[in-house]
Amino acid sequence: MDGTQFMTFHDLAYDAGKTDFQRKAEVIGVGREGELLEVAMGPQHPSTHGVFRMDVVLDGETVVKLKPVFGYLHRNHEKIAENTSYLGSMPYTDRLDYFCSLTNNWAYALAVEKLAGLQVPERAEYIRLITAELTRVLNHTCLAGFLLQDMGALGTPLMYAFREREKILDLFESLTGARMMCNYMRFGGCRCDLPAGWLAEARKVVAEYPKFLDEFDALLSGNEILMARTQGVGKLSAELAINAGITGPMLRASGVDYDLRKVDNYGIYSRYPFRVPLGDHGDVYDRYMIRMLEMRESLKILEPALKDIPEGPVVDPKAKLRGFRPKPGEAYGRIETPKGELGFYLISDGSPNPYRYRVRPPSLINLTILEDMCLGQTVADAVITLGSVDIVLGEVDR
Amino acid sequence: MDDGLRNELSKQGVVVVKLEELYNWGRKNSVWPLSFGLACCAIEMMAASMARYDLARFGAEVFRPSPRQADLMIVAGTVTKKMAPQVVRLYNQMPEPKYVIAMGACAISGGPFKQGYNVLKGIDRYIPVDVHIPGCPPRPEALIHAFMTLQRKIDAQKLTGPDRARHLNADLPSEFPVPLFGEHDLVPSKNPNVWRPAVVVR
Repeated sequence: MDGTQFMTFHDLAYDAGKTDFQRKAEVIGVGREGELLEVAMGPQHPSTHGVFRMDVVLDGETVVKLKPVFGYLHRNHEKIAENTSYLGSMPYTDRLDYFCSLTNNWAYALAVEKLAGLQVPERAEYIRLITAELTRVLNHTCLAGFLLQDMGALGTPLMYAFREREKILDLFESLTGARMMCNYMRFGGCRCDLPAGWLAEARKVVAEYPKFLDEFDALLSGNEILMARTQGVGKLSAELAINAGITGPMLRASGVDYDLRKVDNYGIYSRYPFRVPLGDHGDVYDRYMIRMLEMRESLKILEPALKDIPEGPVVDPKAKLRGFRPKPGEAYGRIETPKGELGFYLISDGSPNPYRYRVRPPSLINLTILEDMCLGQTVADAVITLGSVDIVLGEVDR
Repeated sequence: MDDGLRNELSKQGVVVVKLEELYNWGRKNSVWPLSFGLACCAIEMMAASMARYDLARFGAEVFRPSPRQADLMIVAGTVTKKMAPQVVRLYNQMPEPKYVIAMGACAISGGPFKQGYNVLKGIDRYIPVDVHIPGCPPRPEALIHAFMTLQRKIDAQKLTGPDRARHLNADLPSEFPVPLFGEHDLVPSKNPNVWRPAVVVR
């Protein structure tokens, strides 16, 4: 299919007057209608990372049209949050992106802190940074496992990834009491202080992690099959990535230097030097490598942060949990989660519940250009392209 | 046969079992789950099959992506009203004997999202559930416990008689009607032949 220019979803969206048949005919060239095969992949499909559905139109094995179908996990997150108190929606944020509950907590806490004008004590900032970076490591490890599972490396890489995940989950469990749904951040700090011996345990995990990354790299990153399977697949140009609002490792794999940890300087990220890895080609391999490199950068932040953490309170004494009523106003809090920019937009009317509560989910917005990345490729490549986007359906559908 | 004679024979290398025991022993140790994740609980379901928890010890590591090859459906996560017809359809596609574990608060009752307009208040409204696991999400140990409970249940199933297992009784249904999207809700909103709400005794 080399040299063929495919029209994209965005080109077609303007011709509202045309029927589906006409659009299809335009995309693939008129006269080949009879050879098309429509396949609904999902919502129960081993490669769709949950209950996501791709309606794919195939010409032989080549994807000529791809329509993502969302909503199979729409859990009314925003509506529930508008009917509950500010603190009451903190546990629901855990369940947005269920790999990274602590970064979700942080983004929401940041939005409410902006709204209410709360300050976060020094020690709590350190705990937030440490847990967020551990979450990033955890998420990228699991993603690498799942991506390789999609490529057909059944079992082993995912098994290794989950072995490492358990070590980080042990830390989270001893800190917050839960493995996945941590519900740990509070407005103006964190829920509780670190338990005794936690820092030593965390230092041990962080010190041993590069060994696992080296092992994973030696096993996979230079692997010929992996390179042949991923290089040049699912290309995303920097221009389209910016126009579509893509954030996170997806954007950086296309070569755009944009990391909210550097841009916004939220928390105490400015105190620690770290590099932002960038890709050249914007293909699946770049997205995989970006994540492997980001894990090493996260460990570089974690190592000094675990040494520097000061003593002190973990929550702002002015913050009150009961009867929390911020003044009327609006605020947008955003952080760089492992998947991209997660933002919470809140409007307060002075009542105990937010008047409007809106989530800007990175997974959903990164998924919108799936068709542009998959057109003209085989259906097996569409599967790994989806895997490299790193979606979590809890966040896509909310 | 009394237990004394059976023990005596087994010492001499002769194992005497009823066909029912042998049949159930074989079935309970090779249950193949459907690899079917809905939400957060699916991650803990995967963790249960991975290195640390190792569901393979119970003969259940073979996750099949196709319902035609699966014996056990682990409903792991929130069932929304958009997804419920697909879940019931998948259950209908599984061959008998088949079992269902409802994993997590959402699958058993709607959980934290129960008040939502799009969330089904428990998958046991449409399909019969063998084991419920509470928790949000349940730990992998809880899933393993549920699995052992299911194994005990399989072990106790009768091959003959009026209380024989469902898959051997032609009078009992193995497929259940798939709900349709109605104007406001799924139609029907529950299957009264399957769903028996808890009776509160005061």
